[in-house]
Amino acid sequence: MTEHMDAPSVVAPAAEPVIQVTGAAVQLGGRTIWQDVALRVAPGEFLAILGPNGAGKSTLLKAILGLIPLAAGSIRVLGQPARRGNPAIGYVPQRRHFDADVRVRGSDIVRLGLDGGQWGLPLPFLQPDKARVARQRVTEVIDLVGASAYVDRPIGELSGGEQQRLLIAQALVTQPRILALDEPLDSLDLRNQQGVAGVIRHISRVTGAAVLLVAHDVNPILPALDRVVYVAHGQVAVGTPEEVITTETLSRLYGTPIEVLRARDGRIIVVGQSAEEGVSYHAHH
Amino acid sequence: MPIIDTLGPSWDLVADLQILLHYHFMQNAFLAGTLVALAAALIGYFMVLRGMSFAGHSLANVGFAGATGAVLFGIAPVVGLFFAGLLAALGIHTLNLGERQSRQSDIAVGAILTASLALGFLFIHLATAEYAANVYNILFGNVLGISDGDVGVILRAVGALLVVLAIIGRPLLFASLDPDVAAARGVPVRGLGLGFLVLLALVVAVAVQVVGVLLIFALLVTPAAIAQQVTARPALALMIAVGLAEIFTWLGLAVGFFTPYPVGFFITTFAFVGYMLARGGHWLIQRLQQHGVAMSEGGVA
Repeated sequence: MTEHMDAPSVVAPAAEPVIQVTGAAVQLGGRTIWQDVALRVAPGEFLAILGPNGAGKSTLLKAILGLIPLAAGSIRVLGQPARRGNPAIGYVPQRRHFDADVRVRGSDIVRLGLDGGQWGLPLPFLQPDKARVARQRVTEVIDLVGASAYVDRPIGELSGGEQQRLLIAQALVTQPRILALDEPLDSLDLRNQQGVAGVIRHISRVTGAAVLLVAHDVNPILPALDRVVYVAHGQVAVGTPEEVITTETLSRLYGTPIEVLRARDGRIIVVGQSAEEGVSYHAHH
Repeated sequence: MPIIDTLGPSWDLVADLQILLHYHFMQNAFLAGTLVALAAALIGYFMVLRGMSFAGHSLANVGFAGATGAVLFGIAPVVGLFFAGLLAALGIHTLNLGERQSRQSDIAVGAILTASLALGFLFIHLATAEYAANVYNILFGNVLGISDGDVGVILRAVGALLVVLAIIGRPLLFASLDPDVAAARGVPVRGLGLGFLVLLALVVAVAVQVVGVLLIFALLVTPAAIAQQVTARPALALMIAVGLAEIFTWLGLAVGFFTPYPVGFFITTFAFVGYMLARGGHWLIQRLQQHGVAMSEGGVA
């Protein structure tokens, strides 16, 4: 797949939001994870959810998916309250690898994303048209993520990057308006990180789906980003990377001095975080 | 124990089949064996896929306490087996041992397994000496002693299993392979996990008569494991698993009939040989492929 370093697409802020988060808060085990979160996501927008470990990045994604109840506020997805099982959202959870002994084809895993939740026996000979459309849809998304070469191999035998591509295809197979990806680049080597990041950027352009991507390292996707959602210490800052990844904003979020350096070649380096929370961002231009 | 002392195979296939199916107890054995092999292979496929072969096997072993306890309290063994299996299923589910096996869950399952075997041991001790002879049947099966009534129970249980599996099969496959995504899609993953264990308890309860609690692994896990070595297509793997389970059962019954040795031994041994062949073949193919890749790379260079 060819990769283009496109400039972030310009999104009209007036467009009807696909996701609207208003005054939202989540409590888990009596602890407030974050509160007063407000967020409007426009169609086709590409957002990264950033922040230190345990800040509640995945929790924000799960709240939008309707998997975690809100303690306050509201989340609306395509005008409806967030609910579990919404086919308008394609979801790739935080990476668990398939064990090497899972011997089911990659194409079957993708297909389950389409109708795996339906009760009853699939009888393709009773509805040949429906079965054909389904097969076509599966083939299309597999082509889209560039996984055609290995869809017939058992998923457990595939590399992390190949599995990740197929799981993204699985999330895409319902033709969602929103794609929610939880750390899709973690646990991949550098070459696969760039490859999968390229696939995600390609998808966001081709399908027009809004992308919400939880990342530990913003670097591989920075060229495609419209805005970042920075979650830290119970608070959330939203804006363009230039607005949010700054000395002032990050210092306020962390409640401790943070310095954001911009190197002459355009890289952004964040310093001053504790080792545990330390993340540095580099932008190559 | 020879079944009919004077009989041996004539090696005339038709004549041998006629002899095999001549006796009513053999008809019942083939009927029950065929039904049990079908059910065990189907549920076994999901068991292997969910990575809970050991938990499933232990659930069968808990049946030992159930069956012996049932006799002690004057209930039908199959009912005792099913309720013991249900209890074990609830235990496994509550303790979350149905997750892919971890070291901790292996220990917990092993502890439950041993405790239930000990309980069964106590029940035998409390029961009459006459009943103690039947322990062999529970442990290793008694496929040649299946009554018409037993066949009826097995038929109904397997029928129920097929209907339920046809309804929940696809979401169960999804939940087994990819529980996080399935849950986000609205599939009741936890509920399906429990439902699966209940089905497993049902299969175990009826399968024990054919292969016993100790040898049940041969019909539950081995055919499904071989099938997954052979193909990565779920539907095809299910069919192969069923086919293999039937072949092992029929061969075991036939050989057991014509020899003085027990049927359960042959079913289990054929399954084991099949498994070894599948593993060996898989290993061989991989070696050949690696060799082929090395050769072609060498050729290019």
